[in-house]
Amino acid sequence: MAKVAAKPATMAQALQSAMRDAMAEDPSVHVMGEDVGTLGGVFRVTDGLAKEFGEDRCTDTPLAEAGILGTAVGMAMYGLRPVVEMQFDAFAYPAFEQLISHVAKMRNRTRGAMPLPMVVRVPYGGGIGGVEHHSDSSEAYYMATPGLHVVTPATVADAYGLLRAAIASDDPVVFLEPKRLYWSKAEWSPDAPDPVAPIGRAVVRRTGRSATLITYGPSLPVCLEAAEAASAEGWDLEVVDLRSLVPFDDETVCASVRRTGRAIVVHESAGFGGPGGEIAARVTERCFHHLEAPVLRVAGFDIPYPPPMLERHHLPGVDRILDAVARLQWEAQS
Amino acid sequence: MTVQELPGAASYRPTPPPAWKPRTDPAPLLPDPEPYRVLGTDAVDGFAPELLRRLYAELVRGRRYNAQATALTKQGRLAVYPSSTGQEACEVAAALALEDRDWLFPSYRDTLAAVARGLDPVQALTLLRGDWHTGYDPREHRVAPLSTPLATQLPHAVGLAHAARLKGDDVVALAMVGDGGTSEGDFHEALNFAAVWQAPVVFLVQNNGFAISVPLAKQTAAPSLAHKAVGYGMPGRLVDGNDAPAVHQVLSEAVARARRGGGPTLVEAVTYRIDAHTNADDATRYRGDGEVEAWRNHDPIRLLEHELTERGLLDEDGVRRAGEDAETMAARLRERMNADAPLDPMDLFAHVYAEQTAQLREQAAQLRAELDAEGDA
Repeated sequence: MAKVAAKPATMAQALQSAMRDAMAEDPSVHVMGEDVGTLGGVFRVTDGLAKEFGEDRCTDTPLAEAGILGTAVGMAMYGLRPVVEMQFDAFAYPAFEQLISHVAKMRNRTRGAMPLPMVVRVPYGGGIGGVEHHSDSSEAYYMATPGLHVVTPATVADAYGLLRAAIASDDPVVFLEPKRLYWSKAEWSPDAPDPVAPIGRAVVRRTGRSATLITYGPSLPVCLEAAEAASAEGWDLEVVDLRSLVPFDDETVCASVRRTGRAIVVHESAGFGGPGGEIAARVTERCFHHLEAPVLRVAGFDIPYPPPMLERHHLPGVDRILDAVARLQWEAQS
Repeated sequence: MTVQELPGAASYRPTPPPAWKPRTDPAPLLPDPEPYRVLGTDAVDGFAPELLRRLYAELVRGRRYNAQATALTKQGRLAVYPSSTGQEACEVAAALALEDRDWLFPSYRDTLAAVARGLDPVQALTLLRGDWHTGYDPREHRVAPLSTPLATQLPHAVGLAHAARLKGDDVVALAMVGDGGTSEGDFHEALNFAAVWQAPVVFLVQNNGFAISVPLAKQTAAPSLAHKAVGYGMPGRLVDGNDAPAVHQVLSEAVARARRGGGPTLVEAVTYRIDAHTNADDATRYRGDGEVEAWRNHDPIRLLEHELTERGLLDEDGVRRAGEDAETMAARLRERMNADAPLDPMDLFAHVYAEQTAQLREQAAQLRAELDAEGDA
């Protein structure tokens, strides 16, 4: 592909480009949700799509999440590819029954006769000073539901690449958008986008030899910062960005942990019953003889998401990750 | 006291903003106070004798199907069967009101409607038999999977109808739900979306009196379930659900209206569930024999048979033939259901995703090994 000069773009712009390009290529792609049309979404991720493709292709729906997702199911049954926006993580909960009882199961219950290609975009996670119900990390709920793919980009290029892959997927994809990274920028051009990022593949963002940080979405920049800080203390940390929680890339994760012998899972959703427990168990089952310390978790506290003025105490930051790194000196302690 | 008459605010009388005016005149949307009836009235003259005879044959077949399926639960051939005995007129009219290209969105009790639409009776029982969740390709007969969660299939019908219209297709969706289902949030959201989008969809509520054991009086305080339509801005129609030509006419009109771009309709068919909710339910705990007996006297088959006989459209021979046809259907169903369903345990992993994940491949291999070990033992 010819290289076109890249310039700084935000994750929100990359997501918008992904939808625009998919809509231009495939008339069956429809964007729908509350405020996605005239307003362009409360985060402006769908800005301009209604103007460009018409209100039938980018539709402002009534304010009803179960209705939005439920009608999207019917649209997908008739051959459209709906891309549904849930506006905020905690607003998606009324749609859970549709998601779990129908979206996740339609292919299975019809023995493959009726797949449901659709994307459920969920802006998720904290760190933006949102009030209650605007900062949940709900990925564990989605991960626990067979039949759904669950992906979350952490970079501008992946935002475009993963969303293109999600829209092209013949299976439903819960697309978690880390809203505190919406305004993160990178050198990226919609004219020369990176190739589509495959669903189900993790990627090593930083190579290292002494331990692996396993993370995704909003915690990736925190982990990269922690890795830089740790290098001053002699720790050479590898950072793995999962990108896809379901399917889970055991291969990339375990290859890294076998190289480094130590692992920490970092995410901001609650630790108990959270993704970190599953990941730590998988790594332990597969890499036990390579491990020189228990797999640790650095997660949000097991509390309802705190009010904005206290959220910095809840969200795993660089210091909390460095504390965990120190705890990896297991032999010295025991 | 209105907002404007608050104490101390008497001198302030602004002109009400325009948004205070009703957006739609509710009067034409209101249902008639009494359920619409055809049988026993001159309206029967407007029906083609072939249609009336077809309705009769389908009712008799449906009744026999319900009895056979119920018997199959007692023999352990079906895990469960929610009988629609007493409600056959709704089921048959629903199927016959649709064109081939239209879609039906049934609830778990609406097996008869699916079969009357042409679905293989054995495939229609797959869910209830327990060998898989859905036994057919929904696109083949335009019948969505039987929905067990209440009212969740209604927004699907709206979305499908909306999508069809966006594609320029002349397709109507008919969504069926029970009286209990009207209390669910998805019922509300589906009706609201349908009305806002003017989607070509018809909602048929079969009000059979009970949601398992809870009577309608504890389900809603609305004057009728058809009245709920007005709040969404669509017409509500109330019909005698045991009067097959009446249900067929009301549904056909609603389907025609949807097809010509007139938007959605909510139809409430007042009927009664003669059998218990399922074979796991004891209906004597929540209703008396007198009530059931009164409804038996308003039986959809007897009503239509009487009318057709009176009018010379059906004779003893015709009644006998309909019974024999139904008996043949039942014997064939019995025979096919008594054969064990072919089961492949590896199907468990086959349709979770378009492409199996590495995790599912591992688990499939584990099950394969377990099956091989069983085979060797």
